[in-house]
Amino acid sequence: MSEFKQTFNSSLGKKLIMALTGLFLCTFLIVHLGGNLLLFKHDDGYAFNVYANFLTHFPPIEVIAYILYLCIIVHAIYALVLTIANRKARPVGYAVTASDNASWQSKNMGLLGSILLLFIVIHMSDFWYRYKYTDSVHFKEYRTDLSSGERQSIEFAPASADFENSVQTVNNFEIVRVKDLHDRVQTSFKQWWYVLFYVIAMVAVSFHLKHGFQSAFRTLGWVHRKYTPIVEFIGTWLFAVIIPLGFAAMPVVYYFTRS
Amino acid sequence: MSNGNMNLTLKVWRQKNAQTAGKFVTYKAEGISPDMSFLEMLDVVNESLVHKGEDPIYFDHDCREGICGMCSLYINGHPHGPKRAITTCQLHMRSFHDGQTITIEPWRAAPFPVIKDLAVDRSAFDRIQQAGGYVSVNTGGVPDANEIAIPKVIADEAFNSATCIGCGACVAACKNASAMLFVSAKVSQLGMLPQGQPERYRRVQSMVAQMDEEGFGSCTNTGACEAECPKEIKLTNISRMNNDYFSAKLFRQEELHEQSHGE
Repeated sequence: MSEFKQTFNSSLGKKLIMALTGLFLCTFLIVHLGGNLLLFKHDDGYAFNVYANFLTHFPPIEVIAYILYLCIIVHAIYALVLTIANRKARPVGYAVTASDNASWQSKNMGLLGSILLLFIVIHMSDFWYRYKYTDSVHFKEYRTDLSSGERQSIEFAPASADFENSVQTVNNFEIVRVKDLHDRVQTSFKQWWYVLFYVIAMVAVSFHLKHGFQSAFRTLGWVHRKYTPIVEFIGTWLFAVIIPLGFAAMPVVYYFTRS
Repeated sequence: MSNGNMNLTLKVWRQKNAQTAGKFVTYKAEGISPDMSFLEMLDVVNESLVHKGEDPIYFDHDCREGICGMCSLYINGHPHGPKRAITTCQLHMRSFHDGQTITIEPWRAAPFPVIKDLAVDRSAFDRIQQAGGYVSVNTGGVPDANEIAIPKVIADEAFNSATCIGCGACVAACKNASAMLFVSAKVSQLGMLPQGQPERYRRVQSMVAQMDEEGFGSCTNTGACEAECPKEIKLTNISRMNNDYFSAKLFRQEELHEQSHGE
């Protein structure tokens, strides 16, 4: 067996892959939340739609996006492989098991991860896939008066089917034509069951990362009296509280306040 | 009860050998003194079984003073019972109450096959130890004090890891039946001291390879092993082991130890 294969087929090698892909997905969440906070701007989706257009048309982001999709798949597959191996290590289970020797989330990472995978599939098929590969997301035209800063938006139907976006300045008016993903978000977040599913998924994110973030550092062997408390603090407050709350606020706020 | 003795119901796992399926059998343990150890309580039950001509309950034990690592017993969901930082032989019946039902199971892990009833074969641990858990060169006679300077914090940490008695409670407690607490304690104990340094990276690679070979699960950092360990071996040992392992595999070419199967 080659040295490379031997390293990554060992139990520790597989855990290393879980830790590295997991941490990459964690950093993505920060960026994703930051960008999506644009949803809270009251500008008829202008900033959000321009941002979505930028993400899908800027090549370096495209490259990182595919690395991200790969990380999700690898993280899920390795989780499955490790879980099967772990189950095989205990063919006969216990009749009585204690619940007070480890946190609930640390023992249920597989369940939480499965909820998240289901969420990612639904989330991506509703937004990413529709946006990129279907015509179901319509276009919008934003006309900004450059002297007064006033902005108007109207529906826009492109003449050609392969129209993607355009920015032009005519008579001191800036005209931006982009896909109206914001409308899609608004429609989705008006269904109560959709909002509920999103909130449940964000609870799963919270518990998954409460354990996962600090666990990744332990797996990497990065444990130190000096910085482990900082890792645990970030894992708890940023990844298990602020980020899930921020994401969950989007469907909730849209459901209750936007028309 | 006037004399303070207890009557208990025991649900004990009975299994003839590794090849046959086991099942729980219920026994009454009557007139048990709260001052008895858990193993002495089983001795009393066994004596009555022998008197009745039945097969006594088979369980592992040796020193009965908490240092040999022989007694195992998974009691009411906890390896070595509900108390922290003690082995089953150090567990007293006063930790239970009159009329309680106690479920007693063997360690459950594929690499620990049941020998009989509550005793399991833990020679997988011996094989991991033999794969690299030693210092190859003779250390010679007793050196002069402080001839080899070892900082106290290092000596303490190595000694804490060395208190592992290899009982297997970590494997029993882990939801993945992972042996990483045991292996990492052995790796740390030697790797931190000067005498163990020359083989530090070779050792971790050999021992991890043997651990995988035996079919133990992998660590998900739940911390159940640390919580249940009778010797309070720390979870940080696992991170230290990972660090050494990844160092050797990814960054220290000269330390790379190629294992071929069947070596």
